[in-house]
Amino acid sequence: MKKFIFCTFFLVTMMSPTVEAEQVNLYSARKEALIKPLLDKFTQQTGITVNLVTGKADNLITRLKSEGKYSPADILLTTDVGRLYRAKQQGLTQQIEMSDAIATLPNNFRDEQGYWLGLSLRARTLMVSVDSADANSMIDLEDLITPHWKGRVCIRSSSNIYNQSMVASLIAQLGETAAQEWVNGLVKNFARSPQGGDRDQIKAVAAGLCDVAIANTYYLAGMLGSEDKTTRQEAKKVKVVWPNQTNRGTHINISGVALAKYAPNKAAAVKLIDFLLSKESQLWYATTNHEYPVLPDIAWSELLQSFGTFKTEEIHLGKLGELNAAAVKMMDRAQWK
Amino acid sequence: MKYINWLLSCFHSWFNAWFVGIFIGCTIIAAPIGLVFVSVFFPQPEIWQHLYSTVLSDYIVNSLVLAFGVGVLVIVIGTVLAWCIARYEFAGRKQLQWLVLLPMAMPAYIIAYTYTGLLDFAGPVQTLLRKTFDWQYADYYFPDIRSLSGAIIMLSLVLYPYVYMLARTAFSEQPASLEEVSRSLGVSTSKHLFKVVLPLARPAILMGAALAMMEAFADYGTVQYFGLSTFTTGIFRTWFGLGNGIAAAQLAAMLTSFVVLLLVIEYLSRRKIRYYFQGQRAQRVNRKKLTGSKAFWVPFVCVIPVFFGFILPVLQLFNWAARTYSKQLTREFWLLLWNSFYLAAIAAVTALTLALLFAYGKRLNPIKPIRFLIGVVNLGYAVPGTVIAIGAMISLSWLDIQINTLTENWFDVSVGLIFSGSLFALILVYSSRFLAVAMHNIDTGLARVKPSMDDAARSLGYKPLQVLKTIHVPLMKTSVLSALLLVFVDVLKELPATLILRPFNFNTLAVRAFELASDERLMDAALPALAIVSVGILPVILLTMLMDKSSPNSSQVN
Repeated sequence: MKKFIFCTFFLVTMMSPTVEAEQVNLYSARKEALIKPLLDKFTQQTGITVNLVTGKADNLITRLKSEGKYSPADILLTTDVGRLYRAKQQGLTQQIEMSDAIATLPNNFRDEQGYWLGLSLRARTLMVSVDSADANSMIDLEDLITPHWKGRVCIRSSSNIYNQSMVASLIAQLGETAAQEWVNGLVKNFARSPQGGDRDQIKAVAAGLCDVAIANTYYLAGMLGSEDKTTRQEAKKVKVVWPNQTNRGTHINISGVALAKYAPNKAAAVKLIDFLLSKESQLWYATTNHEYPVLPDIAWSELLQSFGTFKTEEIHLGKLGELNAAAVKMMDRAQWK
Repeated sequence: MKYINWLLSCFHSWFNAWFVGIFIGCTIIAAPIGLVFVSVFFPQPEIWQHLYSTVLSDYIVNSLVLAFGVGVLVIVIGTVLAWCIARYEFAGRKQLQWLVLLPMAMPAYIIAYTYTGLLDFAGPVQTLLRKTFDWQYADYYFPDIRSLSGAIIMLSLVLYPYVYMLARTAFSEQPASLEEVSRSLGVSTSKHLFKVVLPLARPAILMGAALAMMEAFADYGTVQYFGLSTFTTGIFRTWFGLGNGIAAAQLAAMLTSFVVLLLVIEYLSRRKIRYYFQGQRAQRVNRKKLTGSKAFWVPFVCVIPVFFGFILPVLQLFNWAARTYSKQLTREFWLLLWNSFYLAAIAAVTALTLALLFAYGKRLNPIKPIRFLIGVVNLGYAVPGTVIAIGAMISLSWLDIQINTLTENWFDVSVGLIFSGSLFALILVYSSRFLAVAMHNIDTGLARVKPSMDDAARSLGYKPLQVLKTIHVPLMKTSVLSALLLVFVDVLKELPATLILRPFNFNTLAVRAFELASDERLMDAALPALAIVSVGILPVILLTMLMDKSSPNSSQVN
């Protein structure tokens, strides 16, 4: 009998989904630390509970797909546009109705049919040592494949989505042939076999292992705000250089949201999306993770201002998702690890 | 008529409760693994052409080198440690006994993070070298930790306890009479070691090495962090980057086939040897007391793996955690700790129960279909956690959708995702993935119980389950407990499946550590990482206490 009670208890606790009054369910590829505080604020303001599962975007998309119309998910949040595009392609999302908040969003940060929209902006740029001769020069991505940079470039593995998106944007803007040439040339100029993450590339520049790194700006910002003195010192040795300012602009990506096709709490979900686009939330992204806000009239933090203003690429971001597989094949052919 | 009788007897011997139970159990657990192999029927020639001409050879070569490198290294470390500790008496032996097991509590990806922090170009060691000798980049050679050999060392440092544990039990259970016989026949000590002791312990050593190699094949965290192209990184690259899930599953099937090959080799190598120690109370081996210089360097050698596999990385973690703990040590942190603990405990009990039933069922009915099914379930250990998790997600979601369609049609209510959206999914995946660990232990334990024991108990009227409960489990207490604790520690460290399948608002220490580390905030990740290690130490210490306690009575097992 004891055993029976135990087993029943066991099964009930294992299988009972939480039941709450008003709630919204979120599948998030943003790490908990980088979204939860914002969600807590939303709950405080509206009384709507937010249930959160974090994970890798593709796993979340697979989960959404396999759960079909019984999926509890209302919102999918990703950190790159390619995944939003993929969710749309697989028919897992629905159009987000235009609201006042959404209307303020620049057009290239929104899907044409309204299936996804951007929440924050990430710039992938060049970083060089402050003492180097290149610190004040204009460098384009195309320059990095010249013999001048032989053995001097650091960048992470091509398995990383930011690199895949960057190459996809080059395919979209330069064409297949030129993009393949660029990838081949870049691999030939590597200072070392790709390893580690973006922070490791920045550290390598600081240590003199390479002269230029390709990395997202918020990693440098994170290092500047680190508790560790050595990390801060390393970061101070490195400077942001914005590439392609005289032509197409610097490569950018977005973190964004999509509304699940079978969202059971659609009304609450739309409220959350509006909240994520509010001035308050936009400021939070910029100060907590040092990303650029998507809305034009939000003031940048001092740190972001210190990196300087820059011209961004203007291709429609959905293109990056479309060309992702082509980009990976290209990097495979160039033997970019 | 004869033919019909034969058929009937086949039918009778196959279709009993054990067979049906094992069949159903194995099918459920093997379903996620089986889904991987279904992919083989959907050829993807275009992608494979691309993989073949660019990266496939890298995947194969690197994975094989990694697994065999780890295999060799863990055999060396594990056997030497086991031999010293089982056969010699020296200062600190008692402490070393459990110290050498501690690296087990250290997840491979965490040891990789800490060593990278210490040894890479910008790390303290190289910076100190440059400052001291006024060197610049390229002035000196320093081995690159983020390389294939680096990964082999990292994985071996945390996986050698598998070999150590099994080998130590084997060494200390060898009756002293063997040594006496050798000596009386004038065989030298070293010849006795290579001709008698090691061959007798070979099944145990190889089994430990096979487990370590399976872990190495399935490792994702370390190789991904080091930027190595192996099968596991290739699977995700194909799946996420190229957007082709079927080709990714085919790669996983190929990886699993390597493991099948490995297991077949291991099986063949020990097929001919099957020993049962006979019933007489064998004399326990007396540990030889070490004197002179040996008394100094034997403990020294034994400490090396513990130092590099545990002490140094833990110190580094402490160093990081000291700077970040105030931010990480919130009320939620204790919830994470509790979640991790009870999830691992439930999974360990589930896996142990299944392993006992399966292993005993196999002993009762050693027929081909059962052996085959259990063999398939054992493969789970080598399939990357993510792949099994996706398999489970797809099969359980399908089941949930069927259930909901039914309830909607009959009662007009939908019950929601009862299997795929709950902890049930996680427990299923842990069972699929870690049953092999429990099975290996239980199998080794059961193999030492003479079949005549079963016969005796059965002839006295015991039912099979009673025999298992009252005779076998008490006899192989050590094996049962080590199965339980090994699964516990494995689940505690498990990452990808937990990340993919956990329900809403449910996090574990491993998930937290990973999220912070993958955001390149290693220092913030140090506190959860330390917590995983500390929770993992408890069972490890318990395990050694039990191993120690039970060894004086080990002759009972015979």
